[in-house]
Formats: sequence, structure tokens, C-alpha cells
Amino acid sequence: MPKDHGIGAPSKRREDVRFLTGQGRYTDDINLHGQAHAVFVRSQVAHGRLNGLDTTAAAAMPGVIRVFTGADFAGVGGLPCGWQVTDRHGQPMQEPAHPVLAQGKVRHVGDPIAVVVAETLEQARDAAEAVEVDVEELEPVLDMKAALSDGAPLVHDDLTSNLCYDWGFVEENREAVNAAFEKAHHVTKLELVNQRLVPNAMEPRVAVGDYNTGTGDSTLYTTSQNPHVIRLLMGAFVLGIPEHKLRVVAPDVGGGFGSKIFHYAEEAFCTFAAKALRRPVKWTCTRSESFITDAHGRDHVTRIELALDAEGNFQAIRTETHANMGAYLSTFAPSVPTWLHGTLMAGNYKTPLIYVNVKAVFTNTVPVDAYRGAGRPEATYQLERLIDKAARELGMDPIEIRRRNFITEFPYATPVAVEYDTGDYNATLDKLIEIADLAGFDARLAESKARGRLRGLGINCYIEACGIAPSHLVGQLGARAGLYESATVRVNATGGLVVMTGSHSHGQGHETSFAQVVADMIGIDENMVEIVHGDTANTPMGMGTYGSRSLAVGGSAMVRATEKIIAKAKKIAAHLMEASPEDIELKDGAFTVAGTDRSVAWGDVTLAAYVPHNYPLEELEPGLEETAFYDPNNFTYPAGAYACEVEVDPETGKVTVERFAAADDFGNIVNPMIVDGQVHGGIAQGIGQALLERAVYDEYGQLLSGSYMDYAMPRADDMPFFTVDHSCQTPCTHNPLGVKGCGEAGAIGSPPAVANAVVDALQRAGHASVTHIDMPLTPARVWAAMQG
Amino acid sequence: MYSVEFDRPATLEAALAGLKAEDAQALSGGQTLIPTLKQRLAQPSKLVSLTAIPSLQGICVADDGMLCIGATTTHATVAAEAGAHYPALARLAAQIGDPAVRNRGTIGGSLANNDPSACYPAAVLASGALIRTNARDIAADDYFEGMFATALQEGEIITEIRFPIPEAAAYMKFAQPASRFALVGVFVAKTAGGVRVAVTGASEEGVFRWGAAEEALSADFSAGAIAGLSLPADDMIDDLHGTPDYRAHLVKVMTGRAVSAAQ
Repeated sequence: MPKDHGIGAPSKRREDVRFLTGQGRYTDDINLHGQAHAVFVRSQVAHGRLNGLDTTAAAAMPGVIRVFTGADFAGVGGLPCGWQVTDRHGQPMQEPAHPVLAQGKVRHVGDPIAVVVAETLEQARDAAEAVEVDVEELEPVLDMKAALSDGAPLVHDDLTSNLCYDWGFVEENREAVNAAFEKAHHVTKLELVNQRLVPNAMEPRVAVGDYNTGTGDSTLYTTSQNPHVIRLLMGAFVLGIPEHKLRVVAPDVGGGFGSKIFHYAEEAFCTFAAKALRRPVKWTCTRSESFITDAHGRDHVTRIELALDAEGNFQAIRTETHANMGAYLSTFAPSVPTWLHGTLMAGNYKTPLIYVNVKAVFTNTVPVDAYRGAGRPEATYQLERLIDKAARELGMDPIEIRRRNFITEFPYATPVAVEYDTGDYNATLDKLIEIADLAGFDARLAESKARGRLRGLGINCYIEACGIAPSHLVGQLGARAGLYESATVRVNATGGLVVMTGSHSHGQGHETSFAQVVADMIGIDENMVEIVHGDTANTPMGMGTYGSRSLAVGGSAMVRATEKIIAKAKKIAAHLMEASPEDIELKDGAFTVAGTDRSVAWGDVTLAAYVPHNYPLEELEPGLEETAFYDPNNFTYPAGAYACEVEVDPETGKVTVERFAAADDFGNIVNPMIVDGQVHGGIAQGIGQALLERAVYDEYGQLLSGSYMDYAMPRADDMPFFTVDHSCQTPCTHNPLGVKGCGEAGAIGSPPAVANAVVDALQRAGHASVTHIDMPLTPARVWAAMQG
Repeated sequence: MYSVEFDRPATLEAALAGLKAEDAQALSGGQTLIPTLKQRLAQPSKLVSLTAIPSLQGICVADDGMLCIGATTTHATVAAEAGAHYPALARLAAQIGDPAVRNRGTIGGSLANNDPSACYPAAVLASGALIRTNARDIAADDYFEGMFATALQEGEIITEIRFPIPEAAAYMKFAQPASRFALVGVFVAKTAGGVRVAVTGASEEGVFRWGAAEEALSADFSAGAIAGLSLPADDMIDDLHGTPDYRAHLVKVMTGRAVSAAQ
């Protein structure tokens, strides 16, 4: 029987009541008394020298309060990068300045040059058009390989080249890997593009800055996945505001997918301008602006090779990836193609030798950073496409070649520096074969054929490293932050709890699933637990939500804090019942003395904590509130197997996804319904990447797919019904909940399944030369591939 | 949006008078114009809405058998009400945009704009319809003058579109994945005078008739009749959704499918 409450129950998402009744409170819903409106003047060219800026006319227009330019930020720090990667030769990456407003040069279409602050939004818009910008256009740097050639124009004049870093991993393995390729029985090679994506959260970014002249406190309301990180980065590195004088609030946030992790210029601007003008300053991103200012995702060009023996055993993997950084280093950009990508190149397989080379490149494009999966989809896609190609070349079954190479013993130390604690890849693959009804494929194939359609089956496995991350480890790898999480559990006198978490929910359902965990531990109703997040003023310092970390890391902190609460509550209960604390048991919200019928209710104990008339005051402080910080000692490793069946229209090349099945191992599950939803969303996003989405720049660096007229977002009718299963559970061995994280799996696991299925369909139809088609597999591309 | 004067007259005469103002712009369903204004890509002095003029609305069959659709009739109304008379046209209307677009967008607005990827121009051209304006009747063959260009004069308002009802017809649209406008759309109409084939979405010159296919299909109205034909890719649109070759190929595929659907 499925549980109806607590851990494991499909509790309905309590936050949906406000979201579905229009009572969510998003940043744009915040309007402060006396607020002014900011409109950014942005570069229209990809690369140019800023020779002059005339704001005279704009400043004189109706309602204009002030026009800010780069000169106003001369004494202010630039936007910091949170991760320093060390290159193959032991040198730190090239790290250019990232000014709040352009200084001397503009480096991508959308780069902010000036800001008009006016009484109304329309007045600010009018005046922004009157700002005269004198830009001398320079040749744009767009293609990554060309950017690294001799004589290429420089995105940053003060750097020696457009190369951010040339990273080798594991550098010491390089020669051994090359040697393995020399003597390999068979080598499979693949070149592919993991295309640039625009995140497209439903809610565009918003920032409202406020300054209290009476206290000298600054407040920033912003669309963020991690308000404490923004407070730290903006306060310490950009504006010089100590954290106790700076509050950052991220209220309801309508999706992030990574793009709202990063600290953006607009946040710093609104905070700065509010203080300068002594009044609140609000900026709301337009959708068009989102396309050219939200950090983009992916954008890798990869060559990958697999060495195999005659039996199909993987012997070595070698890759070379060019990773686009865009014009500046966004907050965590350098970590994505390196530590979130290279460390995953073992996949689910016991390949003994792996060498990953990544060249990160500056170009005159929007900065690229983490986007749902962040590095792990790129790793999975290239590996799982390559394995399919290898199986075909060797005449092996794609399932058999995977099984042959599966890691089956845990813990398993990969040759790329991570140790998988637990997993069972055969179990998820077996489950997949069952739920995807692979036995029925031939009949479906025949049925498609009868209708003149080509049918294909794609399967793949994936692994990801989640629960980001052990601070001591990421510190060695260049992170300039710790990646623990925090929770404060405050028990009120009448027994209700408020849990203040450093995690941030922007669609994940934390308010429901976190409450389930705490309620389950105490044995009380979920509705007695309230989850508070998103405001640095009332939550402990936390690192926020990304990397499928919230339950694994934030949830663990919550468990630790609740354990402290229970330990103290047992002492109070022991006092009330004149027993020893060691003899107290907590079950179903009641404390009993073991082996007796003596009992006090949860509410009696909490009341005693705050009305300590009968209370061991000499031994115990009154009150019931505890904080815990949790720093994981390893990543978690969710894994699974996905299957996709497509039909291809042979005349038009149009691909339709007919069936999609996902068998995931997320360890223990707190709320299976929310997990289903997370996987559904991830798969939809992955199918979007596989078939539809693509950010395209023209030769001048203008974003051609800069609106929904040309950037194809997936829609409901692009999707089949999904069959998802997470009954294969190998609990994480090192966090108290045994959970692994589920937020990114769908987006990581699904693109190769789709691509493998399309190639399979074409191969079955006799297009033997089609071994790969780059994403998105648009009708035009699939048709072109069929033409040979 | 820049601030703009807004006028919503109740008669055609008042609308014509309103459009005499310098830089005045007629507004019908606004599904192209309003987004353009919101992007500040146009700055008319005045918008003259045509949607409160009763004589521009509605669907009827005239004594001469023509299906007459008022210029400000929405796609949703055409989809709901034209089916009894001209099913292929109703189905075309039902595939335009999404419900919000179909309940605001109008046939007259679509034709006046003449987006090279819009659906209605294909139906109008293939049907050999008449575009009736406040001043004259314009034959479809004379009306479309290239991408976003029409025979309409400054201040001229489409009042009605008069469709002869063909013996058989069908529209096949291959949607551009992002906008879901026609990457290629083909309308085939079989009339007593022969078969007409109009293609939208494909050409740099906007909607056009595929003469070779018309000739072949007039002789043999079956998908197989065009098997040996190929369309030159020279004037086809080249963009991130499709090459000229792909579009030329799709025109043939969609024509064949339209013919099959019209059987």
C-alpha cells in the first residue's frame, strides 16, 4: 500500500493552491512606494568599441530621474566568477573583467551600456531610445575554432587570446589513453554539436532595489535560485555592502533551470541605483531581453573516440571539446564543461582509461552557464551516442554492449576522479525493458511501416553526479564557495514547526516534500510544518537550489536540525515523565517511556519548552529551535535507463516521439508524485533540445532565434505520454535520507534516447550512411540526412 | 508601445475618414500589428479599429453561389461557420495559430498584411477569390504582389472576400516548429475551369501558383500526376528552419497530400 502521509506519500503540492489561484507573489508583483523604473540601453552589435555616449537628450526627457553609464560604476567591482579552473599546464584560467555597465567595449548583442531611470516605465523606455551610443563596430568572434586561430580578433583586449583555459582530465592519463588507442581492436569516432539553448523560464528576470535611508540597509528583491549566493557575490565583490546591511529576497520564482543561479548586472544595478537615488528602482526583463541577457546553456562542439576490444569491451575514451563561454564568465560557467562534464565521462561503464580535453573559448555571444543538467547532459549525450555507433559498427545489440560494460560493483572509483557509492544499472535496464514493452517493438514497427512511417527505437543509460557538493572537494577543484546547505527548525509553543531552509523552491515543490520529511520524523501531520525559504533575513546562510541538491543536501540539513530538536524534546519529555532521556521513544507525535504506558504528547513538550514552569532549567535552555549545516562527503549518483520510440515521416523528415519510458534510480523517494513531475519536465526539456530548440547567431553575431517565432519551445502536443518508474532504488549510502536527487535526470537522459531512435529508424529504412544527426533533429535536417 | 490615438468607428465611412490622417493605420484583429507596436517597431499616429463595423463581419452565401466572408470575421468564426459551404477553408482557419489568435485574428487582416507564411493567402489564390474593398473588387491573381505587398492603395479597406466554392479542395500545411506558421502550405482547389495550386511559406515572393502542377492536375487530379514534377528552389526562402531545396521538396509533398485529401 502506498503511504498516505510522510516520507513516500504522494502528497499534493500545497504551494499549488496559491499558484493555481493567482495568489503567487513573484518579484514583478512587488511594487514599492515611490519606486522608479529602469530600462537598459543595450548593445545592438556583437563587438564594438564604445567611442562615446551622449545622455544629454535622454536626461532632459519627461520623467527621467537619472541616466547611468559605465562611468558611474568606475569605483564598483565587476561581476565575479565563482569558479577558477586550472589548465593542463597548472595555470589559472584567463579571467576577464565583467563590468556592470560596459567600459570601453561592448562584447555581445545585449551587453548593457547605460540605464535610464524614470518615473514610469514608458518614460524610461522613451528616454532609453534617446541615449546616443557611438560604437565603432569590430569584427565579431563567433566560431570557437576560428576564435582560437592566430590573428583572431580578441573579445578581451587585455587577454592574450580568446582561450579561457585548455583543460586536461586526467592529464596524467593522457599518454596511457593514447597508447590504448594505438593498440585497440576497434575505434569508434564521433563528432557532434551539443547546441546552444536559451533557458526560457516562464517568469522573466526581475530586480527591485531598495535603500532605507534611516538604517542604511539595502534590500534586493530578485528572481533567484539562491538569494544568499547573490547577497555574498553582490555584497562582497560588486557593491561593497556587508552582509548584515544587505537583504536579498527571492520570493515565488517561476522557473530557473539554472539561469537564475547567476549574479546578473541588473541586480547590482538596481541595488546601486536605489541607494544613489534614495528611492526604490525596479527592472523587469522583457521576453526579448531575456533571449539576449539570460545566460545560455550547452554550446559544446565535441570529438569523442572509444577504443574497444574484439568482444566490445570499452578500453579507453578520448574527447576533445570546445566549450563556449560567451563574452564574459558567468558565475559558474568555467565549472560546467570541466568538473560537471569531465567527471561524468565514465557514465555507467567500467572504461579503465579516460582522457577529456576541454578548450573554453570567449566569443561575442551571450555568456553560457549551467542549464538543467549542466555538463552532465553534454557528457551523457556524447557517450551514449558514441556507444550506439560502436554497437552498430561491431554488429552488437545496443543493450548487450551496455550490459557488457556496466559497472556492477560498488563503491566504484572511476578513472575520472569520482566514486560512485551505489547503483544497479542492470536493474534499471531490466525495468526499462519491461515498462517500455520492448518485446512489442517489432509489432509496432510493422504497424508504422504499414502506414508508411519509419519507426526507430533508441535506448541509453545515464548517470549524473548530484547533491552538489562536498565543499572540501570542490574547493580543491576551484570553487570559490562552499556547497553545504542549512536549515533552522523552529518549533512553536503550540507544536507547529517552521523550517527555514537555505534551499530555494522555484517549481520543485519543496514546501510539500520538505514538510513530509520533518512531519514523518516527528510523527505529526504535514500541515503542522511550514517551509520558509527565499529571504536572507529569515533563513540561515544557504547555497540555494541547483544540481539536484535540495533534498540530498538541504533535506539532510533539515534532518540533522530535526534530530537535534527531537533529542532536546526527549530530554524535556523525560523531565515531564520523571524518566531518563535514554528511555524516551517518539512515535506518532507522542513521547513514551519505553516499556510503560506513560506518555506525553508532542504539544505538551513544545508548550513546556516555551512555558518552562516544570522544566529542567539548570540543564536545558528553554525554547525549541535548532540549526544545522550539512556538507555532503560525496556527490549522489542517480542513474537510469531511457527508451524512446519515434516515427519519422520519410517524405518530410518530421520526427514524432511515439513512446518514451524512463526507469530511474533516485534512491529513496519522499514524494513519488513530485518525482514523476520532475522527470516529466526533464524529459520534455530533453525532447525540446533533441528535436526543437536551438540558439542561432548569424555572421554578425545577431541572435536569429531571438523570439518564439524562431526559437522552438516544446509544447504539449510535441510529447507522448511518458512511462516513468522509480521503483529501482539503491539508496545513497552517505546522506541520512538515502536520496539522490531527481531534478535534472530527465533532461540528462532523454536527448540521446531521441537521437538514437531517429538514427535507428533511418538505419532500419536502409539509410546506412546516417550514423549521426546533430540536435535539434529538425525535419529539414532529418530529410537532408536521408538524401545522403 | 508608443502612445497612439485610438479610434473605433461604427461605419466604414467613418473608418475611411479616420484613415486619411497622416500615418494612420487600420487595425483589425491586431495579431501582427499589436506585437509590432509593443516592440516599438511601428509608430502610427492613430489606430483605426475596423472591428466595430457590422457590415465587415459575418459569413453568408450570395445569390451567385459565392461564399462571402466579411473582412473582420475571425478565424474562429470561419472555422466554425464556413465548414458547411467550404470545408477546406474552415479546416485551414482551424489550423491558424492557437485559440487566442483565432479568436482575435481576422481574414481581412491576414490578407492585408500578406505575411509570406500566412495560410489564408493560399486559400484565396487557389480559390480564385475576389478581394472586395471599399473601392473595387480585386481578383486574387492581381492582389498578391510579393512579401507583405498587396494591390491595396493607401487608405483602402478590405470589406469582404468572395470565394467561389470549388468542386474539391484541401489545404496541407507543414508547420514551422517555432511559430507554427506555414513552413510550406499548399492549397489545392479543383474547379470546373481546372485545378489551381497555391503555395505559401515557401517563396521569397510570397504566395504563388505552381503552374506546372496545375496543368498536370487539371489533366489528372491524382497525387501521382505530379510525381514527375520538380519545383525550382531558386526563389525559395532559406532560413534556420529549412533550405530552399527542402522547401521546394515540401511543396511537392504537400501538394500531393492536398490532392489526396481533396479526393
